Amino acid sequence: MNAPLILSPAALAKIDQAVAKYPADQKQSAVMAALTIAQDEKGWLPTDTMDFVAHYLDMPPIAVYEVASFYTMYDLKPIGRCKIAICTNLPCALQGATLAAEHLKQKLGIGFGETTADGAFTLKEAECLGACGEAPVMLVNNKNMACAMTADKLDKLLEELK
Amino acid sequence: MGLPVAPFAADLFGPDAVIMKGITGANWRLQDYLARGGYSALKKILAEKITPEQIVAELKKSALRGRGGAGFPTGLKWSFMPRQFPGDKYLVCNSDEGEPGTFKDRDIMRYNPHILIEGMAIGAYAMGIPVGYNYIHGEIWDVYERMEEALAEARAAGYIGKNIRGSDFSFELHNHHGWGAYICGEETALLESLEGKKGQPRFKPPFPASFGLYGKPTTINNTETFAAVPWIINNGGDAFLGLGKPNNGGTKIFSVSGDVTRPGNYEVKLGTPFAKLLEMAGGMRGGKKLKAVIPGGSSMPVLPADIMMATDMDYDSIAKAGSMLGSGAVIVMDETRCMVKSLLRLAYFYYEESCGQCTPCREGTGWLYRVIDRIEHGKGKPEDLDLLNNLADNIQGRTICALGDAAAMPVRAFIKNYRDEFQHHIDHKQCLVPHYI
Repeated sequence: MNAPLILSPAALAKIDQAVAKYPADQKQSAVMAALTIAQDEKGWLPTDTMDFVAHYLDMPPIAVYEVASFYTMYDLKPIGRCKIAICTNLPCALQGATLAAEHLKQKLGIGFGETTADGAFTLKEAECLGACGEAPVMLVNNKNMACAMTADKLDKLLEELK
Repeated sequence: MGLPVAPFAADLFGPDAVIMKGITGANWRLQDYLARGGYSALKKILAEKITPEQIVAELKKSALRGRGGAGFPTGLKWSFMPRQFPGDKYLVCNSDEGEPGTFKDRDIMRYNPHILIEGMAIGAYAMGIPVGYNYIHGEIWDVYERMEEALAEARAAGYIGKNIRGSDFSFELHNHHGWGAYICGEETALLESLEGKKGQPRFKPPFPASFGLYGKPTTINNTETFAAVPWIINNGGDAFLGLGKPNNGGTKIFSVSGDVTRPGNYEVKLGTPFAKLLEMAGGMRGGKKLKAVIPGGSSMPVLPADIMMATDMDYDSIAKAGSMLGSGAVIVMDETRCMVKSLLRLAYFYYEESCGQCTPCREGTGWLYRVIDRIEHGKGKPEDLDLLNNLADNIQGRTICALGDAAAMPVRAFIKNYRDEFQHHIDHKQCLVPHYI
């Protein structure tokens, strides 16, 4: 059975590169990379996309859903065009992250886990991003880390991302 | 956004740095590493045909202990690998750094990636391992990309791959990224994740040395541990030991965060007084008074200021003072901080990050969080402190992995050392100190 082609040839080429890192009989090891590549392309992970990844890696779909729902940076529901995840854990909080998070909430008019009405931003509370020395830190669309985010820098960044 | 360009002076990691010596933030490429004498340890091993046994003996002499948190002697761990075992064997680097307060591996990988590659190659040689994986915290994508680039450089120059430097030693290395799960820093959860599954820890035994990645013998070390290996080979185990103190060899990178003037990574000799480390980090921010320090990452017991100011930064001294060196994450808190609120944030972290496999941890971390939450918000009951200690007793030591312990230990220590603050919250429904977080 051939699954319909849900990801672009470019995405498939990237997944193939990931698969090549692991032993031939261990394609499943590439599932996290494949889901990340799929999410980059789709913006989130609809079920048909996860099913496609399962088929592509010879995995049962449930094994892919398990992975996608276990790791926090996979989005299983549609989100805003820009996802901001700010760490509020203790070391960051001591260095102003709570204030930065409040600033973001006020500016965007939303709380954690919410998306702005225009669909531009989703705000999330992150756990340790591993960059406490440069707090307040946040991730923009999973892959871009913004460090030492003062109120001024936050305003500028939101303007750029709009 | 992205990687900051040379934001600091060349000696920011400190004058005693050996792993991060000469690092400017911009000199991460292969040519820079070679100019610093990089890959000379690997070349020396291959040219002089130093035996795996000699390397392991040198590591044992060095008293290098695992830098990820457990502090297990590295030479001993390497000697567990059944070198002669026919078939596949794996070397894994645990770069899944997500313990609140810890950010040293990020700096090693983004500023000095080749030292990790060289350290892993030496480990592979010493243990007869043909393939390795470097599991990188998913949240630091730019660092993952940098490691990919550095690895491509190393491969092109013949430091990784088949018949390295014309020898009969071959080693393939790959980077693998996580995608948001603290638990994958636990080594068996990391292996599960590397196999493409949920990161739920395995029962031990069997230990990874006999049943690891894909069920094959596997050695897992932390990033900083591998990064210390080239220096030990170049300078000898005795010299490394001499940098620190007996049973605590070498330097250690401490990630200093919280209420200090210059949060950051400082590489100092093990045994350096805490007071000196605090001074390197610019002292207390705003000239405030030191109140408390968590000396080894959020999972370790908090210690009061007076004890920390009399303690040296090494495994044995911190254990003697009542905590653990852990990952070397030093979280500094000043006199304005509320200990109830601080503990509440940590308790939420463990509640959020419990993988859900073991009942005491899955349910217990939620209980801890909810009871601390009600104390913080003026709804605490007189029996709550005993309840928290009882909960901690019923989590610690009763789970497959150490996340349960990591949730329980801070609770116990915060209550033990700051009981009056917790009691005040319960009795007076308000905070004893003006707090800012």
